[in-house]
Amino acid sequence: MDIIYTIWLRNMKRYIRSKSRIIGSISMPLFFLLFLGFGLNSVVQLPGLGGNYIVFLIPGMVAMSVLFTSVFSGIQIIWDKQFGFLKETLVAPVSRLEIMLGQTLGGATTAVLQGFMILFLSVFIGLRISSLTGFLIAFGFMVLIGISFTAFGIAIASRMEDMTGFQLIMNFVVFPLFGLSGALFPISSLPEWIAPLTLLDPLTYGVEGIRYGLTGVSQVNPLVCFLVIGGFALVMSVLGAFLFRKIKL
Amino acid sequence: MAVAIHIQNLTKKFNDLVAVDNISFDIEQGEIFGLLGPNGAGKTTTLSMLSTMLRPTSGSATINGIDIEHDEDGVRKSIGIVFQDQSLDEELTAWENMDFHGRLYRIPADIRKQRIDELLKLVELEDRKNDIVKTFSGGMRRRLEIARGLLHHPSVLFLDEPTLGLDPQTRNHLWVYIATLAREKGITIILTTHYMDEADRLCNRIAIIDRGKIIALDTPKNLKDGIGGDVVTIKSPDPEAIVGALSEPWITRVERHHDEVNISLQNAEHHISTIVTLLNTRKIPIDSIAIHKPTLEDVFLSFTGKTIREEEADNKANMRMYQRMVRH
Repeated sequence: MDIIYTIWLRNMKRYIRSKSRIIGSISMPLFFLLFLGFGLNSVVQLPGLGGNYIVFLIPGMVAMSVLFTSVFSGIQIIWDKQFGFLKETLVAPVSRLEIMLGQTLGGATTAVLQGFMILFLSVFIGLRISSLTGFLIAFGFMVLIGISFTAFGIAIASRMEDMTGFQLIMNFVVFPLFGLSGALFPISSLPEWIAPLTLLDPLTYGVEGIRYGLTGVSQVNPLVCFLVIGGFALVMSVLGAFLFRKIKL
Repeated sequence: MAVAIHIQNLTKKFNDLVAVDNISFDIEQGEIFGLLGPNGAGKTTTLSMLSTMLRPTSGSATINGIDIEHDEDGVRKSIGIVFQDQSLDEELTAWENMDFHGRLYRIPADIRKQRIDELLKLVELEDRKNDIVKTFSGGMRRRLEIARGLLHHPSVLFLDEPTLGLDPQTRNHLWVYIATLAREKGITIILTTHYMDEADRLCNRIAIIDRGKIIALDTPKNLKDGIGGDVVTIKSPDPEAIVGALSEPWITRVERHHDEVNISLQNAEHHISTIVTLLNTRKIPIDSIAIHKPTLEDVFLSFTGKTIREEEADNKANMRMYQRMVRH
């Protein structure tokens, strides 16, 4: 446990010191929220979903913030590999599982903190959190998304030599996951042939879960959301731990 | 003296490339032991195997009696290692880097704090302890890494090219530290280097390693004495003629190397005029002549027929060819 804490602590220290990264990674979801939200609010009709597009968009942007921060946190292992710091950790008498778990929890924590910043800023543009329970539900889903995608990032980083593949992963894996998730639009509004794809995207269940917590409405049963994203977090953690064990320097 | 490290028939192959070729030797407790050789000779690979970072293809080794393959954690607890490439977290302060290490090795908080302060004092970084490592010079980073490697009180310390890329003054400084450490704390130190003077000055014993094989192992003094006295180097357009002309009984060894001839003999100062006269009477032209006490460079040359620089160039070419083969 103390080893996991040690790795987590290092992640926190690095996070707090990287002001530009903090600002950089909240700027994108924030701009999406402002431009899309205000731009489309009067045009978009959302029958049965509260009717207000900005409020609909907020959970999606919180999820986006958590998603991008966590993938990036996981992939940071590559930096540690390139700058040599990973050797220092790997040659210590600790198990790789502990290192991987510490890294996952560290990444998930930074991701959730980033999500909270969007959540906090959203209060100023119309978000009304109705109950503490709802808030805690949203928090729980943010944690699960954070764990899932940090572990996903670690899995990818364990197989990559350097950062050159990073852009590829972002463009062809992370961005489509985000686009298909219903963060930007109700999944019921998609053409019938795309709808199944949406339901295959694990992030959909994370976004819907957060949306249920924050606004009280969702298109997928929140219990189903919890089971799917919870299961996905577990699978990703196991996969990440497995690939990290085999990491080569 | 007790044996700290016991290496037997240790071998590492990467596909067809034999990086470490069946090496065997013992290192005694409290010794500063040098692995000397050109880049690509297999020094770092040997160190990686001893520190459990790499599994040997065959053979075995023990550190303080602990087998490197059967008890990785046992070995890891008893060794400290300073890698060839930097391995600090640049975003953290010197103190935080130490603290991270102490926590990884499960050193209790009070002892950890005390030791960190002690060691930072030892490497003269106490007044910079709260500065981010990014702002440190190469020498300061190296010192911090050595301090970190000692934090969990290892009985064996591995130093992989500890002074690579440092300026001469910092190198001297580090040598003093390393020698003091071994003397005062009784730590066994194994260092790899391709600097002859570093090995000569620091090490009690040296293994010269070339192409994965140990080609000589002894004290620096014995290695140099093995050359057979002083070395006279004569440069000439006709080196073969010189080799043929010199057969005096006081000459222990004559070796040609490109356009130079290295002559080993005792009391070179007395015999130098005789040599010059001899070559003059045979009308053999001389470009230049030099006398020096034997260095480890001469030892390396006499064992491999190449200077360490030439061997490095060869290794690089081999490595490139090997990489091309692997890629295609």
